[in-house]
Amino acid sequence: MATAPLGGIGVSVPRKEDARFIRGKGNYVDDVQLPGMLFLDIVRSPYAYAKILAIHKEKTLAVPGVLAVITGKDLEAAKLSWMPTLMSDTQMVLPTDTVMFQGQEVVGVVATDRYAAADGVAAMEIDYEPMTPVIDPFKALDPGAPVLRTDKPGRKDNHIWHWEVGDKDGTAQALKESDVVIKEKIYIPRIHVSSIETCGCVAQVDSMGKLTVWLTTQAPHAIRTVFALVSGLPENQIRIISPDIGGGFGGKVPVYPGYVIAVVAALTTGHPVKFIEDRTGNLTSDSFARDYHIEAEIGATKDGRLTALRVKTLADHGYTDAAANPSKFPAGMFHVITGSYPFKKAFVEVDAVYTNKPPGGIAYRCSFRVTEAVHAIERLIDILAHQLKMDPAEFRLKNFIPPEAFPFPSVLGWTYDSGNYAGALKKAMEIIDYAGLRKEQVEKRKRGELMGIGISSFTEIVGAGPSKDFDILGIKMFDSAEVRIHPTGKVLARFGTKSQGQGHETTYAQILAEELGIPVEGISVEEGDTDTAPYGLGTYASRSTPTAGAAAVIAARKIREKGAKIAAHLLEVSPDDIEWVDHKFQVKGVPGKSKTMADVAFAAYTNHPQGMEAGLEAVDYYDPPNMTYPFGSYIAVVDIDKETGQIKTRRFVAVDDCGTIINPMIVDGQIHGGLTMGFAPSMLEEIQYDADGNNKATSFLEYLLPTAVETPHWETAKTTTPSPHHPIGAKGVGESATVGAPPAFVNAVVDALEPYGVTNIDIPLSSYKIWQAIHSKDPP
Amino acid sequence: MYPPNFEYYVPSTVEEAVGLLDQHQGDAKILAGGQSLIAMMKLRLAQPAILVDINRIPNLAYVREDDKFLRIGATTRTAELSRSTIVQARYPILSDAGREIADPIVRNRGTVGGNVSHGDPGNDLPACLLAMGAEFEIHGPKGIRTLPARGFYQDTFVTSVATNEMMTEIRVPRPGAGTGSAYSKMERKVGDFATVGVGARVVVDSSGKILNAGIGLTNVGPTAIYATAASDFLAGKTDSDAVLAQAAVLARDASAPSPDNRGPVDFKKDMVRIWTRRTLRKALDRAKGGK
Ligand SMILES: Cc1cc2nc3c(=O)[nH]c(=O)nc-3n(C[C@H](O)[C@H](O)[C@H](O)COP(=O)(O)OP(=O)(O)OC[C@H]3O[C@@H](n4cnc5c(N)ncnc54)[C@H](O)[C@@H]3O)c2cc1C
Repeated sequence: MATAPLGGIGVSVPRKEDARFIRGKGNYVDDVQLPGMLFLDIVRSPYAYAKILAIHKEKTLAVPGVLAVITGKDLEAAKLSWMPTLMSDTQMVLPTDTVMFQGQEVVGVVATDRYAAADGVAAMEIDYEPMTPVIDPFKALDPGAPVLRTDKPGRKDNHIWHWEVGDKDGTAQALKESDVVIKEKIYIPRIHVSSIETCGCVAQVDSMGKLTVWLTTQAPHAIRTVFALVSGLPENQIRIISPDIGGGFGGKVPVYPGYVIAVVAALTTGHPVKFIEDRTGNLTSDSFARDYHIEAEIGATKDGRLTALRVKTLADHGYTDAAANPSKFPAGMFHVITGSYPFKKAFVEVDAVYTNKPPGGIAYRCSFRVTEAVHAIERLIDILAHQLKMDPAEFRLKNFIPPEAFPFPSVLGWTYDSGNYAGALKKAMEIIDYAGLRKEQVEKRKRGELMGIGISSFTEIVGAGPSKDFDILGIKMFDSAEVRIHPTGKVLARFGTKSQGQGHETTYAQILAEELGIPVEGISVEEGDTDTAPYGLGTYASRSTPTAGAAAVIAARKIREKGAKIAAHLLEVSPDDIEWVDHKFQVKGVPGKSKTMADVAFAAYTNHPQGMEAGLEAVDYYDPPNMTYPFGSYIAVVDIDKETGQIKTRRFVAVDDCGTIINPMIVDGQIHGGLTMGFAPSMLEEIQYDADGNNKATSFLEYLLPTAVETPHWETAKTTTPSPHHPIGAKGVGESATVGAPPAFVNAVVDALEPYGVTNIDIPLSSYKIWQAIHSKDPP
Repeated sequence: MYPPNFEYYVPSTVEEAVGLLDQHQGDAKILAGGQSLIAMMKLRLAQPAILVDINRIPNLAYVREDDKFLRIGATTRTAELSRSTIVQARYPILSDAGREIADPIVRNRGTVGGNVSHGDPGNDLPACLLAMGAEFEIHGPKGIRTLPARGFYQDTFVTSVATNEMMTEIRVPRPGAGTGSAYSKMERKVGDFATVGVGARVVVDSSGKILNAGIGLTNVGPTAIYATAASDFLAGKTDSDAVLAQAAVLARDASAPSPDNRGPVDFKKDMVRIWTRRTLRKALDRAKGGK
C-alpha cells in the first residue's frame, strides 16, 4: 500500500481540479470567447407531429443583428439534413418536411449576439399542418397506427428492433414447474440527466480550413470520427476540444443537431459560431434516459429457492434510436437482470418502438440499461419474498451467488468477476440494526402507522469493454493512456477518456504516483483535446478506471521496464539485478543501492545508455479482458404520512464494493452524488407527455431536481473485493449508487404499504400515488 | 430564455413611478424583486416595453406596527418578513409563509408587494392576507385608495390594481387577545409552488370558544381563495376535532383545483381538507398560548 507523501492508491488526496472549480475558474465551453464570434439560436417545433408547409424567413432576417437562417432544405443541399445516431439509426439535423416531436430543432438563426438570435427566433413564422401524434408506445405497435418513419423506404410499422437472450422454452418450463410465480408490470419512466451545464459548442474554421470545435462531449475522439464521416472533412482537419464539463451523466455522449448546425454556420459565415442550449432546449430535445415498460415473471420453490426469470420489455425510443449502447447490445447490459442470484433459467426480450417523442435511450448515470435491470430484479425479489412470507433480507441471503462461486457465469452470458454479496448485505443490516427496525415496524403497524424498510442488493456491470464484444459504430471499446516523464521527473499523462466532474486529474495521478513512485503533485493529467490526447472511447458507463485507469498502470509498468535498464546503467549492474521495491529501482537485496524514478528520468535525457533511445514515455491501449462487476447492498427506512402520502426517508445505509479503492474521498463523493441521483427519479424526476405529445416538464419548475433539504442523509460504508482481472483490482464506482438506490426506496414504500395489499408503485413515488394506493383500499 | 428589448426607468418617488406608468399605460410594468416578472420575460410570456424599477424609491421597505396595523412596505423582501421579530411574535402566519416561499435566493430578492400584486394563485402570501383580513394601499394618478384583500383577486394574474397604479403598503389588522395564526404548505420540494397551501387565523375567548376565523387557500383555484363558508362556520363554535373536521370539509368544497403534475383533483381537494384541519389546529394551539 501507498505511503501518504506519494499520494498513491488508497489516499484521500484532495481533488486537484477543485482549486479551480470551487473558485469559479473552470473553463467551460461557454467561457470560450473568440473574435468575431456569432451566436446560434434554434426555432423549435410547438407540435409533436406536423408537416412543415412553409418557412417564412423574412421577418427573422429583418431583425437587426441576424445574419443567417439555416433550414433543413439548406442542409439537404449539402446532404447534411440527416445524420447517423450511435445506434446506426438516422436522426434529422433539421427537418425538410416533417417535425417528429415537440421541441425539435426546426430552423437555426445566426446573429451577432445572443439576444438578437433570440429575437430572430421569436420573429420566425412557420406554417405547420399538425398531425395526430403517436405517443403511447403500446399503441405505436397497433396495426392501424400511423407509420412514423416514412423516410425509411419500405417501413410498414413503428417497430425498431427485437432483441432476446436466454432459453425461452426452458424458462417457460421452469416457471411452469415453480411452486410460486409472480408477475409484475414495472414502468421505469422517461427522465433526463439535466446536468447543470447544458450542451453546447463553439465551432471555428481557421484560414487553413481546419475545423476546431469546443464541445460539451464525454467522448471527444469518437465524436471527431463521427464528424469526419458525416461532413466528409479529413479527420486530421478536425479538432475536438472538450474543456471542463459541468456534468455529463450520459447526456453528453451523442451528437446533437445544434452542434452540426453550428459547424455549418461557421463554415458558411466564416465566423466562429457559439451555440449554448437553454434549459428548455436541453430538457425537451436532448437524449432522454430509461422509458422501459417491463413485464416480468419470477419463480421460486415453496421453500424459497429462485428458479426462473422471464422478462418482456417495450422500449420507447422516440422517433429514432439515439441510444449510446455498444453496437452488439441494443438493449445495453439489460441482461444483467438476473442480478445477484444464480438463476438456472432466464429469458429476456426487448422490443423497441418509434413514437413522437425526442430520441434517446441513453444511460443516465448508468452503464447501459443496468438501472432498469436492477430495478426490476430487486423489486421482483421483494414481491416474491412478501408472497412467500419470508423476510426480504433472509430471502436474499438464502439465494445470493456465494463468494466461492466466482468467477460466476450468469445464465444470460456474463462472467461476474468477483463478489461477496452476503458480506455487503450483512454489513448494511448491522449498521442500520435491521432486526431492531423490523421489531419497531411490528409495533408501529399495531398502531396503524406506516413505516417501511427496503433493501436493494444490486450487481453492476461496468467498464465496457472487451473488444471481442464491445464497439460503438465499429470502434472497439478500449481506452488509452500516454505517459511522459520530463527530465526533472515531472509527468504529463494524457488519456482517451474525459472527466465531467469525476476527478480524473486526481485519480489517474494517484495511480501513476503509485506505479512510478513520483508524488501526485508532480503529475499532470490532460484529457479532451483530440490533437494531443491518445484515441479513446471516452467516459461513461463507469468505464474510465476499468479501462484508461488500467492503461495508466500498464503504461507506467512499460516505463518501469525501460527505467530498470537505465537504473542498471547508473548503478553499474545488470538489468536483471534491478528490482522495483518501495517505489524505487533497487539492486536486488541491497536496500542502500537504489535510484528513484526522478534519477532515472534525468538520466533518460542526459546520460542514457549508448544504443538506447532517449526519453522516458509509454503509451498503452488497454483492451479489458472482462467487464467489472461492482455490487452493494442498500437499505432504506421510510415513514409515510397516511393522510397526505408524503414520504420521509428516515435512514439510508449504502454499503458499496467497487474493488480496490484509489481515493476513498472521491469514491464517497461518487456514492453521495450517485445516491442523490438515484433518489431524484425515485421521488421527483419524470418527463411526461400528454396525449397530444406536449412535454409536461420543460423547465426546472416541473422537472424536479432535489435540493439538500429533501435529500436524505446518506450513511456509507464499504467492503472490498478486488477485481481479479484489473491490474490494480479496481472496478468502476460512478454509477453504482444511481443504479442501486431506486429499488431500495420503492421496496421500503411498498413494504410500508403492505397492509393495503400494494405490490408495486412506479417511480417517481409522488404523494398522490401513495395517497391513491392507500385510498383505493380505504376511501377517505 | 432571452427577453426582447425594453426601456428601463428608475424613478425615485412613488409619484414619479405612477407618472411613468400613467404615461405608458399598458406598455409599462413595475419591476420589484423581478422573481416572477423576469422569469416571465425570459420565457417571453411577458413582453413589457417599459420597466419601472421601484427598488430605489426610498422608504418603501419596512415592517412596523402601530396601534391599528402591521404595516409592510411594498419593496420589503420576503426574507425580511420572516426575519421580523414582530411578525414572528404576533403574525406567525406570515413568518410561516415567508419561510416556505420559493428558496432563500428568491426570498432575498422577491418583495412582499410583488408577491401580493402578481396575482399568481401559487404565491403564498395572498392566502395569508385573505385569512388575516388585510388591506392594500394603492397609489394612482388620482391619489391613494385602500382595497381589502378579500375581493382583490379577480382571476389568474388579474387583480384590482390598474395598469397605472402601484401598491405601496400592505396592512394587516393588529390581532387582539386570543388570536392565533398559522400557514402550512404542502410542496413537492423546496422551491416548488404549493400543491396546497392553507393560511388560518382564529380568535378564541377564555373558555376556548372560537369567536371568529379566517381561512385562505393557495394554488387550488384560479386565484388565492378565501374559504368563506368554512371561516363563517367556525364563528361561535367550541373547539373540537369534529368542528375542525367540518370546517375542513367546507374549505375543501371552496377549492377548485386543476389537475397537474402535483396530482389529480380529488387528491388536491382532499389535501385542502387535511391541511385545513391541521393548520386550524396549529393556529388554535397558538391562540391558546402554544408555539
Ligand atoms: C424559482 C421560483 C420559485 C418561486 N416559488 C414561490 C413560492 O413557492 N411561493 C411564492 O409565493 N412565490 C414564489 N415565487 C415567486 C416569488 O415569491 C416572487 O418574488 C413574487 O411572486 C413576486 O415578487 P417580486 O418582488 O419578485 O415581483 P416582480 O417579479 O418584480 O413583479 C411581479 C409582478 O407584480 C407587479 N408588481 C410588483 N410590485 C408591485 C407593486 N408594488 N405594485 C403593483 N404591482 C407590482 C409587477 O409589475 C409584476 O407584474 C417563486 C419564484 C421563483 C423564481
